[in-house]
Amino acid sequence: MVNTKVTLSGIELDNPVIPASGTFGYGREFTAWYNINCLGTFSFKGTTKEPRFGNPTPRIAEAPGGMLNAVGLQNPGVERVIAEELPRLKEIFRKPVMANVSGFSVEDYAHTCALLDREEQVGWLEVNISCPNVHGGGMAFGSSPEAAAEVTRAVKAVTSKPVYMKLSPNVTDISAVAKACEDAGADGVSLINTLLAMRIDLKTRKPLLANGTGGLSGPAVFPVAVRMVYQVYEAVSIPVIGMGGVSSAEDVVEMMLAGASAVEVGAANLVNPCACRDIIRDLPRVMEKHGIKSLSEIIGGAHNG
Amino acid sequence: MTQGIYRVEYNCLLTKDVWEMGLSGDTSAITAPGQFINIKLDGFFLRRPISVCDWDGEGITIIYRAAGKGTAALSDVEPGQDLDVLCGLGNGFDVSKCGQRTLVIGGGVGTPPMYGLAKALLKAGKTPSAILGFNRRDEIFYEDKFRALGIETTVATVDGSYGTKGFVTNALPERCDYFCACGPLPMLKAVCHAVGTSGLVSFEERMGCGFGACMGCSCKTKYGNKRICKDGPVLEKEEIIW
Repeated sequence: MVNTKVTLSGIELDNPVIPASGTFGYGREFTAWYNINCLGTFSFKGTTKEPRFGNPTPRIAEAPGGMLNAVGLQNPGVERVIAEELPRLKEIFRKPVMANVSGFSVEDYAHTCALLDREEQVGWLEVNISCPNVHGGGMAFGSSPEAAAEVTRAVKAVTSKPVYMKLSPNVTDISAVAKACEDAGADGVSLINTLLAMRIDLKTRKPLLANGTGGLSGPAVFPVAVRMVYQVYEAVSIPVIGMGGVSSAEDVVEMMLAGASAVEVGAANLVNPCACRDIIRDLPRVMEKHGIKSLSEIIGGAHNG
Repeated sequence: MTQGIYRVEYNCLLTKDVWEMGLSGDTSAITAPGQFINIKLDGFFLRRPISVCDWDGEGITIIYRAAGKGTAALSDVEPGQDLDVLCGLGNGFDVSKCGQRTLVIGGGVGTPPMYGLAKALLKAGKTPSAILGFNRRDEIFYEDKFRALGIETTVATVDGSYGTKGFVTNALPERCDYFCACGPLPMLKAVCHAVGTSGLVSFEERMGCGFGACMGCSCKTKYGNKRICKDGPVLEKEEIIW
């Protein structure tokens, strides 16, 4: 019998598999496909202070081994999330959930986090300082260690829940940003958000996405994500949540060997709605194949020696 | 909504670039005409959403234009191959909203879902009529299939090489009590303005997942934000913001 349990800031997860924010809504759409209580937890749709429609369409484009999105943080706003989505979520998911938060100013982040801090079912706050698809916010805060630290401090001041800062890969040195978050009091970091990307339509000779640029995700970015998780694991002593192109139980193990304490699955959910259920089902077999008795013991295993 | 493996029974050309494919498999998830399926193809990350033309207890008929790389790959699929398909996606046309004399309007590759709709309207005891619009005579398909249903069918071609010259709006009957339309955006807009009755309109948008998770295909309506894949693709005329 293998042990798939892991712990994130004192909260135990049945397994390290977490659907990533923006690919899982507030959970409801997936209840048509499987019982989502098999998940470690899930990170709900990026929530902002005000309601947002997001960017004009097209917001989605195909890429080799992945996809581009420029949704632009469409969400009903934190007040409606608390009034409408969280009560529904409680009916379909009995575990602590990860609340993903984004903003356009330090005050925005603090305001939204303070409201979600009061919600019982929120286990962790995942603070997105890395959305590439909004202007004047999102990734701007994740692009410099100083700005990342400022958001971290502001959020930590208004919540007692563990705070995970979600980092952008679109930087020269992601370890420096991670370290700045740690020094500012972050309980963990999660990475990577999508890679800034573009496709151009040969017929119109214009970018395919109405927003021009979008974020690349899917298996194409997996090796980049593994590398960054590996580097950040060496730079900080807080837990790292690894994500980026994870689509199989083998990918989960690889990400954990790189240094991830838990693993988020994003784009795979959109192609195979049962992706996370299948990964969780496959994990024990893959663990046995590789002689892994307990998943928590392999975290950072690639750094030994 | 279900995920399943479907066997390709046939995949053949209807016109120079429009294909008809027959798939056998579980169709229990299909609850209304105008719904779509989402097909996984080797070599492509995202699935390809294609509207259901017709279905029965055994399988599904789809019709698609080989317009991009994905649909070109779909046209290369051989009979006997298996495809991973998400089935029963979207809301489809609510036949109970349709009037006794519903006008069914299809433009180009917007025509296929209107065939399943026409059959459903007949089954519900209504007497629909159809207007099909194409650019040219050699692009016409399914006229005979609509006629075989025993419904009044008018074809319009933009260049006048067959039927009424012009757009579907040049072939509107004097009276109808409801309409349903699927086709290019300019056609849908023109139809909504030209037909005085209420109606249902099926839209197209680039999708990520096809089942409401990613917010990739959102649009604004008078009734609030909607996801074309989940809350649509069929919207009421009254809610559309042009």
